[in-house]
Amino acid sequence: MQRIGVFVCWCGSNIAGTVDVHAVAEALKTEPGVVFSTDYQYMCSQAGQNIIKDAIRDYRLTGVVVCSCSPRMHEVTFRKTASQAGLNPYMVEIANIREQCSWVHKDVPTGTEKAIILGRAAVAKVNLNAPLTPGESLVIKRALVIGGGIAGIQTALDIADAGFPVDIVEKQPTIGGKMAQLDKTFPTLDCAACILTPKMVDAAQNENIRILSYSEVEKVGGFVGNFEVTIRKKARYVKEDICTGCGACVEKCPMKKVPNEFNLGMDNRRAVYIPFAQAVPKVATIDPNYCNMLKNGKCGLCARVCTAGAIDYTQKDELITEKYGAIVVATGYNPISLDKFDEFAYNQSKDVISSLEFERLTNAAGPTAGKLVRPSDGKHPHTIVFVQCVGSRCDACAEKGKEYCSKICCMYTAKHAMLTRDKYPDTEVYVFYIDVRTPGKNFDEFYRRAVEEYGVHYVKGMVGKVSPEGDTLKVQASDLISGKQLHIDADLVVLAAAIEPDASARPLATMLTASMDTNDFFTEAHPKLRPVESPTAGVFLSGACQGPKDIPETVSQAGAAASKVIGLLVKDKLTTNPCVAQSNELMCNGCSSCELVCPYGAITYIDKEFRMPDRSIQIRRVAQVNPAVCQGCGACTVACPSGAMDLNGFKSEQIIAEVDAICR
Amino acid sequence: MKVRYFPGCTLKNKAQDLDLFARKSALALGIEMEEIPMWQCCGGVFVSANDEVATKLSSIRALSDAEEHHSPLVTVCSACHNVIKQTNHQFNTDSAFRQKAVNYLASDTVYQGGAEIYHYLEMLRDLVGFDEIKKKVVKPLTGRKIAVYYGCLLLRPNSVMKMDDPENPQIFESLIRALGAESVYYPMRNECCGGYIALESKELAEKKSRSVYESAKSAGADTIVTACPLCRYNLLKNNSPLPVVYFTELLAEALGAKEDSNE
Repeated sequence: MQRIGVFVCWCGSNIAGTVDVHAVAEALKTEPGVVFSTDYQYMCSQAGQNIIKDAIRDYRLTGVVVCSCSPRMHEVTFRKTASQAGLNPYMVEIANIREQCSWVHKDVPTGTEKAIILGRAAVAKVNLNAPLTPGESLVIKRALVIGGGIAGIQTALDIADAGFPVDIVEKQPTIGGKMAQLDKTFPTLDCAACILTPKMVDAAQNENIRILSYSEVEKVGGFVGNFEVTIRKKARYVKEDICTGCGACVEKCPMKKVPNEFNLGMDNRRAVYIPFAQAVPKVATIDPNYCNMLKNGKCGLCARVCTAGAIDYTQKDELITEKYGAIVVATGYNPISLDKFDEFAYNQSKDVISSLEFERLTNAAGPTAGKLVRPSDGKHPHTIVFVQCVGSRCDACAEKGKEYCSKICCMYTAKHAMLTRDKYPDTEVYVFYIDVRTPGKNFDEFYRRAVEEYGVHYVKGMVGKVSPEGDTLKVQASDLISGKQLHIDADLVVLAAAIEPDASARPLATMLTASMDTNDFFTEAHPKLRPVESPTAGVFLSGACQGPKDIPETVSQAGAAASKVIGLLVKDKLTTNPCVAQSNELMCNGCSSCELVCPYGAITYIDKEFRMPDRSIQIRRVAQVNPAVCQGCGACTVACPSGAMDLNGFKSEQIIAEVDAICR
Repeated sequence: MKVRYFPGCTLKNKAQDLDLFARKSALALGIEMEEIPMWQCCGGVFVSANDEVATKLSSIRALSDAEEHHSPLVTVCSACHNVIKQTNHQFNTDSAFRQKAVNYLASDTVYQGGAEIYHYLEMLRDLVGFDEIKKKVVKPLTGRKIAVYYGCLLLRPNSVMKMDDPENPQIFESLIRALGAESVYYPMRNECCGGYIALESKELAEKKSRSVYESAKSAGADTIVTACPLCRYNLLKNNSPLPVVYFTELLAEALGAKEDSNE
């Protein structure tokens, strides 16, 4: 028989406001095994913990029930308290009478009744608890960063600087991400390439960083401290270690009509290409969808002109398997497709462009060498209309667009408007907005400068329709402040498209068993207190994969994620959770149900000899759990038809005892 | 294939061509259009007031008829289609309205909300197929430059109508191309003609209509094609320089089923 102590917390008025805590402590006194019961204002405080420690000693307690907040909050605290008093920490159970009781009930009688029931269930469980001892697992001192944009680069640099090796996996032929495509950056207007490319070079030259470009994560196994990841290095048909990046192959390639994705299809590249001048690695890549040699064996010009002999048409995808202690997701974002927003005639006119296309049009390395012209006829635009929130902040029931604010559009549109007025003062610039949102250091000042110094016409209201008529774009919009309808003949319309997570994020989340929200942004372990950690141990989040953010925010989150990774990698060993599955081999019938449902691959089958009652030897196939890999999810215990599988700390009899106690 | 057909009042007087050629074309395509006996006016416009029930009962009768016959309910007039489809949506999503409607009707057979509603264009796309129509064209409209005019009622509200992308629809264009003509893109194809505002402000209706036909004309069209009697009325009343015809007429012409107009 256990000797159980019950400790009911008031949590100030959080619990005591709707739960009669004295009544709870009193009622639980009579539960089987309970030898001590009390309540206190803040059980998690030093004084509260001392009450628990003293009671363990004075009443020789073998089990503890704390009726308080969610175990996510303070289970660790109270387990530590118990172990300091010499009790096995797994003899502590938390009854959640805050989140699941006092916060959701309004009147004291209901709250009290439910708190007693929850406490009773916890007592019933502790009666069946057994001491558990956590194991240890080694930490592989290498990190993986998935995505090579500014978020991934910064995280990798910070981890590498602390002395740990890092691999960056980037699916494009070069690292750099979206930032490499931008022209200037707000609010200081320094050129994006000037501040990004030195970091790209740093990453390439850092001996702790290995860049796996043109590669994608294919499979993830293992667990925190010990992930095993398979990476597909796509064939680029160029030997990376030999190619000097001279560009002779690019010059000679006869296939000139390949839409250039780096310039968002606004000009063409060759079938063999280097995305941009400062690409890292500066290595050519052959696009198999367009290369004549790869498609029909006719050409081979690039191989002939390559003095280094780097071209290899026979190259195959390569699978690399590597072990990592920590994984950082930095998969970034993309602007949404504007196909569903044809009220702005994006599909009907070349002169209706997205903001990212505008960046390329004003970038000195872009398709027009930085000269702002209309894509249709190359003429200088005299009237430009910017439309904000295209696809952002949409109605939840609308069939297109996103509900959230994309956060960066107000600032980059102000930047576009200001730079246009600065460089081309003869151009009238209109910005249509729902709200202008500029919180951030020096952000509002920046926006006001666009209005006050640069004379940008900011109009509160939305554009209803853009009609291409001849050379002009007829813009119909409402000015909500004057209450009038506006008709503007524009030469260029720029749409601030909402941003969404990269399409690779969802399959990756499945591989990592990391959770996502309904918009496919990765979920953080705690929205305020653990913003760069995924709820999955060992998986960290960096940049816009977690939510829309600008460059300064991305860089600070990237550094934060790196510091969390470093904090993990400096440890030699990790304590493993002892609440893992265990198979009773005598009951196991070898059906494989558990192996099939296990999301972690923790269960294997072995052939084992059993001595039968008649002294004969029988070989039976039985399940075996690898406790280092098992995460204690319990899926196998439910799947097992013979009841052979059980979860330590959550045994079926414990759960049933809880249910019985609730239903009593 | 048999369908239940709800023609609507206008098709019995002002827009007889829309009706006539719909029937002739259907015949040529092997579709039997059975006119619902004793149908009543759809009400002309869907009333969004929550407590309005009486004007929607005729729609529910038509829907109930189609459900009973296990046949698709087909409409040709944009307005009728809009009213019937929105009424059906309200019947299926608003339980208070549903109960009231059922009580009002006090019919032996209670409508269960399961009718399938097709606009004639949707019938052509989803039940016949534009490829199939292309095969049956005997007099392709080669060389014609057609501006299709959706107006507003066919496509909106999109959450209920679900016919096509309201900002970049293709269904009408696909039909025109199947008939061998060129479909001319113009930005005002899905804008309102002015609708019933003509009763209140002739100037406003004229302004709306003018913006539509001028847009079509400057895009190089020779004909405007519509499915809506009110759109046709407004465009013609406000001096469209281009002829405005019903899509069923072009269809019948291409299928070789056109005879003289009744109008």
